[in-house]
This record gives sequence, C-alpha cells and structure tokens, in this order.
Amino acid sequence: MRIQLLLFLRKDTVGMSGSFTNLPAGVTAGMERHKRTMKVKHIIERVMNAVFFICGMVSIAAVLLITLYMIVAGFPAIKEIGLFDFLFGTVWQSTASDPKFGILPFIMTSIWGTIGAVIIGVPIGLFTAVFLAKMAPKKLAAIVHPAVELLAGIPSVVYGLIGMMVLVPAIMDIFNLKSGSCLLAAILVLAVMILPGIISVSETALKAVPKEYEEASLGLGATWTETVFKVSVPAAKSGIAAGIVLGVGRAVGEAMAVIMVAGNVANMPGLFKSVRFLTTAIASEMSYAADGSLQKNALFSIGLVLFIFIMIINAVLGFVLKKGEKK
Amino acid sequence: MKHGTKRKIKSGILKGLVYFCAAFTVSILVALLGYIFVRGIPNITWQLLSTKPSAIRDTIGILPNILNTLYIILLTLLIALPLGVGAAVYLTEYAKNKTFARIVEFTTETLAGIPSIIYGLVGMLFFVKVLKFGTSLLSGSLTLVIMILPTIIRTTQESLKTVPASYREGALGLGATKWHMIRTIVLPSSISGIVTGCILSVGRIVGESAALLFTAGSATIIADGLISAYTKGGGTLSVALYIYASERAEFDVAFAIAAILLIMVFILNLLAKLAAKKLNRGKE
Repeated sequence: MRIQLLLFLRKDTVGMSGSFTNLPAGVTAGMERHKRTMKVKHIIERVMNAVFFICGMVSIAAVLLITLYMIVAGFPAIKEIGLFDFLFGTVWQSTASDPKFGILPFIMTSIWGTIGAVIIGVPIGLFTAVFLAKMAPKKLAAIVHPAVELLAGIPSVVYGLIGMMVLVPAIMDIFNLKSGSCLLAAILVLAVMILPGIISVSETALKAVPKEYEEASLGLGATWTETVFKVSVPAAKSGIAAGIVLGVGRAVGEAMAVIMVAGNVANMPGLFKSVRFLTTAIASEMSYAADGSLQKNALFSIGLVLFIFIMIINAVLGFVLKKGEKK
Repeated sequence: MKHGTKRKIKSGILKGLVYFCAAFTVSILVALLGYIFVRGIPNITWQLLSTKPSAIRDTIGILPNILNTLYIILLTLLIALPLGVGAAVYLTEYAKNKTFARIVEFTTETLAGIPSIIYGLVGMLFFVKVLKFGTSLLSGSLTLVIMILPTIIRTTQESLKTVPASYREGALGLGATKWHMIRTIVLPSSISGIVTGCILSVGRIVGESAALLFTAGSATIIADGLISAYTKGGGTLSVALYIYASERAEFDVAFAIAAILLIMVFILNLLAKLAAKKLNRGKE
C-alpha cells in the first residue's frame, strides 16, 4: 500500500517536471515564448554590458592616443637637434638660413609667466574664496558667486581681446614703452583667468571644514576673523593647494589669450619684453610651417615638452588631492 | 590692552582685504562685461549676422561662423553624449573590477587637465592626417569629443549617484534586467544631471579656439549641405574673433563677436543653473 502510494507520487512528480505532455498546448507555447524572450533578454544584457564597457574604454584609449602621438611626433626633432641643445639652447630662429631651435626662452617664459600669475591670482582668489565660504552676508554672496561662475565661462579669446585693447595700451602708457605687448600683460591676463578655478576649489575646501574646529576656536575667545585665518584656512590647506595647482595647469596650458597680448618674440623672459610661451610658440608658427620640415617637427617637440609639464602638474594635483582625502 | 588693539587692527586689516578682493573679482567682471558690451553691441548689425564676408563689397559677415559653431556643437554632442553617458553608467552601475574603474577615472581626470592646444596638435596629427579627414568640421568635432568627454562623464556620474539605491533594488526585485532597469529607472531619474553636462559642454565648445584652429581651420564658406559642411573646414565664432582681432585688425567685428559670445555664455549659465535646481529638487 505504501509502496504503491510512493510509486504513484513518483509517477506524478515525474509527470509534472519531466515533460509537459499533460499540459494544454497554449501553456507550452507560452513557456517556449518565455524561454525565448529570456534568451533574447540575456543577449541584450550581455551586449549592453559590452557597449558600456567600450564607452568606459574610450577615455583610456584617448589618453593612450594622445600620449603616443605626442611622443611619436615630438621625438624626431629632438633627436635631430639634440636633447641638450633643444632644451637649453637660448636662441630660436626657426626660419633663418642657419636655423636654431633652442626652446629655453619658451620654457623660462612659461615658468615665469605662471609664477607671476600665481603670485597675483592666488591671494586674490583665496581671499575671495574666504569671503564666499566664511564671511559674506547671504545677499552679497548671491552676487559674488554667480560673478565667479561667469568669469569661469568667458572664452579665452575674449580675455585676449580685452588684454589686447585695454591692458596692452595701458602698460605702454604707464611704463613709457614702445609696445605694451609683454610678459607683464600676459601675467595679468593669466592671473584673472586662473581666478575662478582657484576660488571655486578653495571655497569648496573651506566649506568642508568641520564646524567643531571653528566653534572650539571661537569658544577659546578668538574672533571670527582670527578663527577663519588661523583655523579654517589651515584646515582646508590641501584643498586650497589643489586649487593652486589647478590654476598652475591652466596658466601653463593657456594659448590664445596669451598669444594676443605677449608680443610673440622669442626673447628670454623679462617683465617688459615681448615673449613667447611654450603654448604660443606652437600656435604662432604651426599654421605656416611646412609639413615634414624640421621647423614643424620642432613645434611638435615643444608640444611634447608642454605635455610633460602638464603631466607632472596633473601628478602633483592627484597627489595633493589624495593627501587631502586621507585626512 | 595693547595686545588687544593690535589684535583688533590685524583682524580689521584681514577683513578689509577679504572684502576688497571679493569686490575686486566682481569689478573685474563688471568692467569686462561693460567694456565688451559698450564696444560690441553697437556693431552687431543685421548685415553682420546674416551675410558672409565679401571681398568685393568689402563687408564682413559672421553667418558662416555662426553656422559652423552650431554644426560643431551638434556633431560633438551627438558623439560625445552617448559615449560619456555610457562611460558614466559603466563606472557607477557595471564596474565590478575596481582597478579598471579606477584607471578609467584616472584617465578621465588626466583628459580634463590637458590643455586645448595639445588636443589641437593631436587632432591635427590623428584626425586630419592619419584618418585623412582633412582640416574640416568633422576633425574639429572629433577632437572636441575627446575634450568634453570628462565634463559629460563627471556630471552624469554625479547625478547617477543621486538616484536612490532603493529605486534600483525595487526594479531588480520586480524582475527587471539590469539594462531594463538602467533604461527605465536610472537614466530618466538622472536626466537633469546629463542636461547640465550638455550645457557645460556647449559652453566649452563655444569658447574653444586653440583646439579648433588646427583641426577645423578658420574658413568662412557657407556649405550647401550637411555632408559638405562637415567635410570642409570652417571657423567657429571664437576662432573668428581671434582671426579678426589679431590677424586682420578688424576690432569692431571682434568686439561684436565677443559680445555675442558673452551673451551666449550668459544664457548657458542660466540654463545650467535651472537644470541644477531641478537636480536638487529630484534629490529631495
């Protein structure tokens, strides 16, 4: 009796799960359809996974492409001119009958131009950030904040145009020069251009300082101004440093605004001398240098030097940010 | 007591400096806008906006530059948007391999730090020469695609992160597949972030000059069709500003273009703010 029952049960279960012969035809078809759509869905799923993966790969590919092309294009001229003569030669005469390709003037100009812009731009930017993050009454912040955002959005050629039409003549008049297109003009334009970046990064860092730090300082009897400068600013220093490095990167890489105000003569840097930056050295000769000529290849080599500078700045930025995160 | 006054003076000076610098920053902007508008707006004429430059009549028109700017914005976004959003979706939704995700994020940051003139050089070498697209709007757009990718990836990622995990769990719990969930739940809820990314990118494209000078050139021809538009070179408004100011000494035209660019930047800023406001409302 028991065995019979077991057998019966087994038969029944086999019938249920093994085959669907007992089921009506419509249900079977439905299940088949379901199976098929699941299969299609599975395929779509895998395809989309691959598609998104490829999208993620694009930035990696782009960085590899840029690095590869900068090295491949920049190397031949350096090899022909000699690394030492190229980097430390002080004369650039690319179109002379006996051409000389020394880019030390460009390197030094880029360095001094950036230092100058940072010296002027960082204090103004930092104080403005302190204003926005810590001191501004709400109504004033509501004016200054959008102003900074607008400054960030203004195209570099517009800065260049203003520099060219206002700053350059002003410098010429004030310092009694033959031409006002000089390193000083470039420094002033760059200082304004790096302001918004420094302000917004420092502001974010200052706003992230824990309230307890400031309250402790206030509780010990310090005034609000003292607290801000002795507690909040030091506490936000890695964020502020990141803002400065960002500004340095922008100043080193800016081309069009600088080319319009710096005068474009390959001089060693001097505040009132007409100068070329690494970026403007590329831009000012690229359009007429013949393909395959040493001149054009040398321009690509300048690009490579600029690229290396930027990569170092990027690495420093990454380091500063990571240090800030750890804290 | 003496110490106290010294402290007060020091505080006062610092506070004064803070207010002075903030005022300085704002006044730079006001002076800049004022000068550009005063010198630029009177020079914006219908003839300037609606014609191309003519050597015979000795007139200058910026219609070709306006069209080129629009063409480049269109193609660049068309390519960069799916790629950037895709990359962001991969990073936030799919990436299980943390190392790979970190490499993608690192390279994206690297791209954001590379100056536009380097993009111009690489675009010239790769798109113009190697792929033989020539100096054309196509080469220019492809160069800009790489340039604005970090912006789109970052803003999309930000907004994807604000989509609550419960939405995803709910969708998956109801039996939705991952792609179905992303398509119907995640992307629609982060649309305003994606829009913000687009607006910021348009701002960058409009203002870009160095990367386009070597890849798209500065020609002022009006193409007679979409395909011919993209295969021929052409200058955008920013490039035209540079050419008119520093090579042709047509300062009135340069100021007019600058005023137009500033108005565009102004509008884009407002739009970005509106989109961000919507994004914040979504968060609540």
